[in-house]
Amino acid sequence: MIRYILRRILFLIPVIVGVAFCVFTLLYFTPGDPARMILGDMATEEAIQNFREAEGLNSPFFVQFGNYIYRAVTKGDIGRSYMTKRPVMNEIMQAFPATLKLSFFAILISIVIGIPCGILSAIKQYSIFDTVIMILAMVGLSMPVFWLGLLMIILFSVHLGWLPSSGFDTFSAMILPSLALAAQSISMVTRMTRSSMLEVVNADYIRTARSKGQKESVVILRHALYNALIPVVTLCGLQFGQLLSGAILTESIFAIPGVGRIMVEAIKTRDFPMVQGGVLAIAIVFSVVNLAVDVLYAFIDPRIKAQYK
Amino acid sequence: MSVKTKTNGASSNRKQRSGLAEVMFRLKKSPLAMFGLGIIALIVFFAIFADVVAPYKFYAQDLDHMFETPSRAHLLGTDEFGRDILSRLIYGARVSLQVGFIAVSIALIAGGTLGAAAGYYGGKTDNIIMRVMDVLLAIPQTLLAIAIAASLGPGLLNLMIAVGISATPRYARIVRSSVLSIRGMEFIEAAHAVGSSDFRIIMKHIIPNSMAPIIVQSTLGVASAILNAAGLSFIGLGIQPPNPEWGAMLSGGRQYIRDYPHLTLYPGLTIMTTILALNFLGDGLRDALDPKQRR
Repeated sequence: MIRYILRRILFLIPVIVGVAFCVFTLLYFTPGDPARMILGDMATEEAIQNFREAEGLNSPFFVQFGNYIYRAVTKGDIGRSYMTKRPVMNEIMQAFPATLKLSFFAILISIVIGIPCGILSAIKQYSIFDTVIMILAMVGLSMPVFWLGLLMIILFSVHLGWLPSSGFDTFSAMILPSLALAAQSISMVTRMTRSSMLEVVNADYIRTARSKGQKESVVILRHALYNALIPVVTLCGLQFGQLLSGAILTESIFAIPGVGRIMVEAIKTRDFPMVQGGVLAIAIVFSVVNLAVDVLYAFIDPRIKAQYK
Repeated sequence: MSVKTKTNGASSNRKQRSGLAEVMFRLKKSPLAMFGLGIIALIVFFAIFADVVAPYKFYAQDLDHMFETPSRAHLLGTDEFGRDILSRLIYGARVSLQVGFIAVSIALIAGGTLGAAAGYYGGKTDNIIMRVMDVLLAIPQTLLAIAIAASLGPGLLNLMIAVGISATPRYARIVRSSVLSIRGMEFIEAAHAVGSSDFRIIMKHIIPNSMAPIIVQSTLGVASAILNAAGLSFIGLGIQPPNPEWGAMLSGGRQYIRDYPHLTLYPGLTIMTTILALNFLGDGLRDALDPKQRR
């Protein structure tokens, strides 16, 4: 068990270094001179040369990458914003809680709505309920999050005036963005729960449970659901990554001060260290969440426990 | 696998059909898939004949008729420059379909080659390729597309490259796993025995037999590529105005959302319908191509 968890944690390191490498490479090959961008158009040629020397911008690619990793690990320094001139790390840390909160609510909504819908759809397969849910799920999957967000603003904020269209401080302000963001994962979770339940309900041990006279609700909830949930847990981990990146669009629509909004602003002002810093931060959180899911696996799936005894 | 089951299953109680006809036969049983196919055919038609079908040019401004709601002259109304929204949507179909198909082709060629090599050669090659793919998979797809597009800068070609590369690892995985499942089969061994080259075996035997999951993934992939591209354009990374792209149109109409919601309503509806149609078709294809699902 401990060995399994340690192995997974160790595996995280090369992945994060790899992601950092991708981000750094993209940054390196982005047109525009970082020294010029930070010092501004008025800087003299000499000042720029000095800055390049001091920041190690004249070194070969791999030396620069080594420095980047070194500074990231020891000082948490992943570059400086071209616009605000402040360290990217500070800006992202400040904005991250809002993004995490948004994604967390969205995944919560997807689980609370998606799993029951999936179960009902599976036990009433081919019923009208099932058909309607499956078509709705498909519509949810096909709905661009930015359009759904705008539609919700038109309906609930502009026409009905029930909910605010921006901000993220009060509970009522959180409803629209979380729902808009969650739509796709609700659909994914519903579809996955349904298909995974359908695979399980025909298994021998379910027939055994029924034939010994077990109550139907216990059969479904305890015997079937427990086993059907394993792929759903994986999906939720993967969905969290989708939600974090979907949050970029959602935040910009609902004016939520999160990482996504910073990144969209940064894209508009060509502030590349900020954009890539955001990518790095989200990728790291995504990897950690998936690690957590894998560890959770070890607890809910006895087969993994058995492998590492 | 699919070769064996195809002949066995089809000959049992109905007329022998060729592979494609058999798939079409099964696809026709799914009304949703046929609905999807119909919509896509319609959109492709509009995209090809945009010059003939569209009532106006996508760039034609009419400053006397700005923000008009739908009327006989402008079926879906006009935008902030008095341009006909319907015409822009029709021309936009060109851009979106191009992005969708070309991005998926990029992903399919790159991911397919990598995945086939990894699955066929196994060992070190497999390990190196798949670890690199794992790193790319650690970045959520939309985010990777944003990162690449931000570095490359805006524009149609860059958009396709960004969306294509970000989807590559998925295809590599799918191709690899289907190659793996076929590699051990007897007919591959037989091909080896008669002296076929690796390249010939991959092209002639492995790829045709691993098409089913790839076709399904590509259909769904076009949907997600169009969705991703629209998202990138929405945050200003894709097609630049005045070119008509659905995501960019949505983004442009956003500031007028309170007074003129039709500027955002129709582009969004178009995106959704297209994606929905592709998803229905993809789902139907999966059922039609999967011999286990046969009812």
